[in-house]
Amino acid sequence: MKFVDEYRSEESVRKVADSIRALVTRPWTLMEICGGQTHTLIKYGLDRMLPELVTLVHGPGCPVCVTPLELIDRAVAIARRPEVTFSSFGDMLRVPGSELDLLSVKARGGDVRMLYSPLDAVRLAQKLPERQVVFFAVGFETTAPAIAGALLEAERLDLPNFSVLVSHVLVPPAMEAILSSPACRVQGFLAAGHVCTVMGTHEYDPIAERYRIPLVVTGFEPLDLMVGIRMTLAALEEGRHGVEIQYSRCVTPGGNLPAQKLLSEVFEACDRPWRGIGVIPKSGYALTPRFRKFDAAKRFDVETVTADEPAVCIAGSILQGLAKPRDCAAFGKECRPEKPLGAPMVSSEGACAAYYSYGRE
Amino acid sequence: MSDDLGEKLLALSCPVPVSDYPNVLLGHGGGGRLSQMLVERMFAASFDNAALSEMHDGAVLPVPAGRLAFSTDSYVVRPYFFPGGDIGSLAVHGTVNDLAMCGARPLALSSGLILEEGLPMEDLWRITRSMAEAAKAAGVSIVTGDTKVVDRGKGDGIFVNVSGVGLVPDGVEISPRRASPGDVILVSGAIAQHGIAIMALREGLEFGTTLTTDSAPLNGMVATLLGALGRDVHVLRDPTRGGVASVLNEIAKSAGVGVTISEAAIPVGEEVRGACEILGLDPLYVANEGKLLAFVARERAGEALALLRAHRYGAEAAIVGEVTGEHPGRVVLKSRVGGRRVIDLLTGDQLPRIC
Repeated sequence: MKFVDEYRSEESVRKVADSIRALVTRPWTLMEICGGQTHTLIKYGLDRMLPELVTLVHGPGCPVCVTPLELIDRAVAIARRPEVTFSSFGDMLRVPGSELDLLSVKARGGDVRMLYSPLDAVRLAQKLPERQVVFFAVGFETTAPAIAGALLEAERLDLPNFSVLVSHVLVPPAMEAILSSPACRVQGFLAAGHVCTVMGTHEYDPIAERYRIPLVVTGFEPLDLMVGIRMTLAALEEGRHGVEIQYSRCVTPGGNLPAQKLLSEVFEACDRPWRGIGVIPKSGYALTPRFRKFDAAKRFDVETVTADEPAVCIAGSILQGLAKPRDCAAFGKECRPEKPLGAPMVSSEGACAAYYSYGRE
Repeated sequence: MSDDLGEKLLALSCPVPVSDYPNVLLGHGGGGRLSQMLVERMFAASFDNAALSEMHDGAVLPVPAGRLAFSTDSYVVRPYFFPGGDIGSLAVHGTVNDLAMCGARPLALSSGLILEEGLPMEDLWRITRSMAEAAKAAGVSIVTGDTKVVDRGKGDGIFVNVSGVGLVPDGVEISPRRASPGDVILVSGAIAQHGIAIMALREGLEFGTTLTTDSAPLNGMVATLLGALGRDVHVLRDPTRGGVASVLNEIAKSAGVGVTISEAAIPVGEEVRGACEILGLDPLYVANEGKLLAFVARERAGEALALLRAHRYGAEAAIVGEVTGEHPGRVVLKSRVGGRRVIDLLTGDQLPRIC
């Protein structure tokens, strides 16, 4: 398959792995931001092809994993209402809330549907005028333009029965939160290629400057990751910092300007709790006043729903790169994909799920 | 010639007068005249065979001495018509294949239908014809059956159960426990086609080309393989729900052996790969309905591959892995780039990812 096979060639990957071994003279710790990158690393066994001096820690870049428990509980509360047709990307359906996940709501008679695009939810609202159609808007800057597009369409159609439960989070504030933590071990970042395809790289220049670290915008195929790792290590070995782009077949410094315009119309930055991490200032999206009438949390009055996270789960430390999944006492014991305590074990992009699915030999 | 013509004419229209009964009514399962009309005109006429024509409570079959294989499977696929097949042909193929995977030659099938009140009679007719054709193509008869009708809203159009019996020839010994270190593992063709075809249809996904199910009867292929290799075929399985990964895990666990497969060797069609990439699904866990996995003695692997490839349903057959004494109970995949990872059972269904 074109644009896939050439980035999964054993020979190319091995060559880069060899050049990394020749390059590294000191121990370095890198963080890949995106859960998709974590999965590629583990799925293809790339982490085992790196020299021992290189440590990879897995970042908070899985939108499912960082969605706080209280937001899942709010989603469940809305989905249980008889007049609601609740729709979501597939990944979110199995994430446990305090009592139920969305699949269990469906099993108990709730109308919960898996969709692939927020525009499908708009179409559903048109088709079911007697139902309240809610879309669970989860994701980073990558999926936000699609939600924004759906909201513009709902506004154009003047749909009274469509709303979104917004759970969008932003990458740069989370990176800042990690870097400013006194426990931070991360010396270089592989930034998320898809997020930067939309947003460009200008938000990352000040971060690289302030913390004097290399930051390489990296893709998701095995070869992308190996090259991104080599670029980051080369900068570290040479004492350079700044932003570089490995994923240049998609990412430009300016990013996707029409998508950014859409985002600025529909969303504004807000303070936002991250699962296991806590509130990070200006790290989430809320609807702008013009679009607030589509806010499901307000429409169904669930803003007061709160929840406590299970004490044994160390999802927060894992999402910040302070611990690895195997450091958790519950990993593979009380916490397994079929009975997850924390979201990183649920999502296909979660670090714990990646270790559980691919790592046990 | 005249038989053929009669069959074609019969296939043209539904024999239950559609003008009177355009939809299935509760009475069609009630045991009275409506039931009788359905059984006689639709099922008996379509499945036509001596055992069925007795119209008794069950079928009586002459059976030679030996070992009998017995299998059952229920089908609830939605939608019940899909590219390349329907719930009827799928049900017949499924049970025929389950019998074949026991090493058996399918002898007779039953047809248990649960219909939802309101099902279009024409749809039932199409499904019945499709079951009859699938059975004929597999060389097996549907010798007994049952039909129930449930209230509207209590079913999903139609559910089909097909049970079947088959004879296991002498000199054949198929069992998951016979997987032993050194065995070579073959797959009979490109994987994940059925699951992706159904998902694409169900979710309204379009990929430029229409993906069709791979649903097919595998008893002919199995008979050829067993005829040539006999006891050197150790395990046969059709990787339906849960896909190749789940079946290999079950075999590794029940035989207490390790299984190693090579990602690059596993045939996956371009469209299916594309769809899996977009949806974030692993084709190893996606359902097949016309593929088999065969574990054969190492020295017979080349012969087995040639036999599979010579068969109409096995043109893309490939050797994908082997059984090892290491990591008992586990399936390990050698990735395309040279890494290794464990392939475990999934918790539930695969869910498409967010981004």
